[in-house]
Amino acid sequence: MNLQGIEVKVHDMSLRDGMHPKRHQITVEQMKSIAGGLDAAGVPLIEVTHGDGLGGASVNYGFAAASDEDYLRAVIPLLKHAKVSALLLPGIGTVDHLKMAAECGIHTIRVATHCTEADVSEQHIALGRKMGLDTVGFLMMAHMAEPAKLLEQARLMESYGANCIYVTDSAGYMLPDDVSARIGLLRGKLKPETELGFHGHHNLSMGVSNSLAAVEAGARRIDCACGGMGAGAGNTPLEVFIAVCNRMGIRTGVDLFKVSDVAEDLVTPILDFPVRIDRNSLTLGYAGVYSSFLLFARRAEAKYGVPAREILLELGRRKMVGGQEDMIEDTAITMARQRGLAPAGAA
Amino acid sequence: MKKIRCAIIGPGNIGTDLLYKLRRSAVLEPVWMVGVDPASEGLARAREMGLKATDQGVDGLLPHVKADGVQIAFDATSAYVHAENSRKLNALGVMMIDLTPAAIGPYCVPPINLKAHAGKREMNVNMVTCGGQATIPMVYAVSRVQKVKYAEIVATVASKSVGPGTRKNIDEFTRTTAGAVAQIGGAEQGKAIIVINPAEPPLIMRDTVHCLTAEPPRAREIEASVKDMLAQVQQYVPGYTLVNGPVFDGNRVTSFLQVEGLGDFLPKYAGNLDIMTAAATRTAEMFAEEILNGRLAPAAA
Repeated sequence: MNLQGIEVKVHDMSLRDGMHPKRHQITVEQMKSIAGGLDAAGVPLIEVTHGDGLGGASVNYGFAAASDEDYLRAVIPLLKHAKVSALLLPGIGTVDHLKMAAECGIHTIRVATHCTEADVSEQHIALGRKMGLDTVGFLMMAHMAEPAKLLEQARLMESYGANCIYVTDSAGYMLPDDVSARIGLLRGKLKPETELGFHGHHNLSMGVSNSLAAVEAGARRIDCACGGMGAGAGNTPLEVFIAVCNRMGIRTGVDLFKVSDVAEDLVTPILDFPVRIDRNSLTLGYAGVYSSFLLFARRAEAKYGVPAREILLELGRRKMVGGQEDMIEDTAITMARQRGLAPAGAA
Repeated sequence: MKKIRCAIIGPGNIGTDLLYKLRRSAVLEPVWMVGVDPASEGLARAREMGLKATDQGVDGLLPHVKADGVQIAFDATSAYVHAENSRKLNALGVMMIDLTPAAIGPYCVPPINLKAHAGKREMNVNMVTCGGQATIPMVYAVSRVQKVKYAEIVATVASKSVGPGTRKNIDEFTRTTAGAVAQIGGAEQGKAIIVINPAEPPLIMRDTVHCLTAEPPRAREIEASVKDMLAQVQQYVPGYTLVNGPVFDGNRVTSFLQVEGLGDFLPKYAGNLDIMTAAATRTAEMFAEEILNGRLAPAAA
């Protein structure tokens, strides 16, 4: 694979996708210190919001330590070079959240839908573009759509005004050929000026290899998370990806040692548990289940006595999509009843 | 027995499903179907069923309102044209049931406030949203027992059951539903989330209702209240079931619901659409009973 000289923009996820393993409890001060470190290391774009995007604060997904607005207002003015992005899932967040984030000074808005439901993003993408933001269409759980279907959906987002389209491997299920097939087709068929990006999860340890396959097929934005933060077994680990890019001559502009210091000195100390591949996060990647479901399944295991792995497999069989966190407790209760188990603490 | 005559505006999926339900009613008789497209299958179907039909929009209906004795109209078009439709028909004394998100009239969730609306002789009531009809009764079931500081609903619907109008303006769903969760459900604050799932075969509508109570939840009373509310909704949506819960976890009270439709015109998985047409029919029946009993006489404004 010769990727020598290609310029890639890495996009850090530790302060958004990384909110999942922290149950959205990263403090404003921690966000400021990590974002400052990433900025000094030359990371060009940093995502900051609740793990489920703007407006994600809820019983269903968890309330964050601070509001999206507090995080954005604290981080954005601090950065010398890096820009800030925000994620928005239509159905959870609304254009009101988008307007708030734009007032806070975000540079990029990423509008995320399930990979077959792009047409719910029209009003948000159109508004983002109208406000002059770098506007990204983010097709989640992209393994669930064949390349041709994904292209059809990407074209919708492009037609609403997205200047960049992401293939998002929310379950960490894809193998490099799956990535190449999707990015390759999009690169061949979308407008040449439409950028492409790839967002990976490390559940099958494929984060770096899948990102390289994406670059080879034409992606020029790659999502990574410092310190391997992120839902499931984390996103593509930023410092590892930078090291590989350096070896291969891919230009990222990020300082490897500085960014690995941020990972070691600022990110690792705030983790509640090591974000890594274990039997449950492996199951996410193996069965194609939304990575954010991990902690919910663990909690359901503790409360209802059904192993998290079995809950996750059942959610995969029932073809649950991102956002259906409510169905984890529901599924666990149903499985526990079928097995004759009483919930912990029940009379 | 005398029946109250009705018109349906919008011969699409919702309007046609509504037609099936009205034809079974003991007190309602659908007589007009109103559309804008001469080639509409829905208009043709309504004609086959013996209704009069016009492709000239509401203006095509207005000259016949008096002669045909139309007293109730259902609007299953879009928020953009509803206000105008309502104004024209209200002026002729026709009471309007709004299935669009326009919400110019008060929200109506039958087991909670239908009686109050009928008593107040409202000329326009709004049916909120599908997610609202499916969940607000269960918010109310908790809030009538004790104070609910925050209620949040998650509606998951099959991709095939979500039309282009809803998709184009999905924020309208979240905003309207959240507002009604608070206002009609009785929570201090409301939030609504909608998830669209494309699985095949399509999944039956699921709804999760989370309430955070101000004081520790009184489990027995809430369970009884939820059970009672379930029975009330089942009177007009037999496929409305409590799959799990209510779960009590600290101050969180969560009910996991499923809404299976009757499968009239729409498939059974589209419980989200069925609960709208069923609630609208239930609402019209209550108004019709009031009219037939002489307690309510719609008159020109």
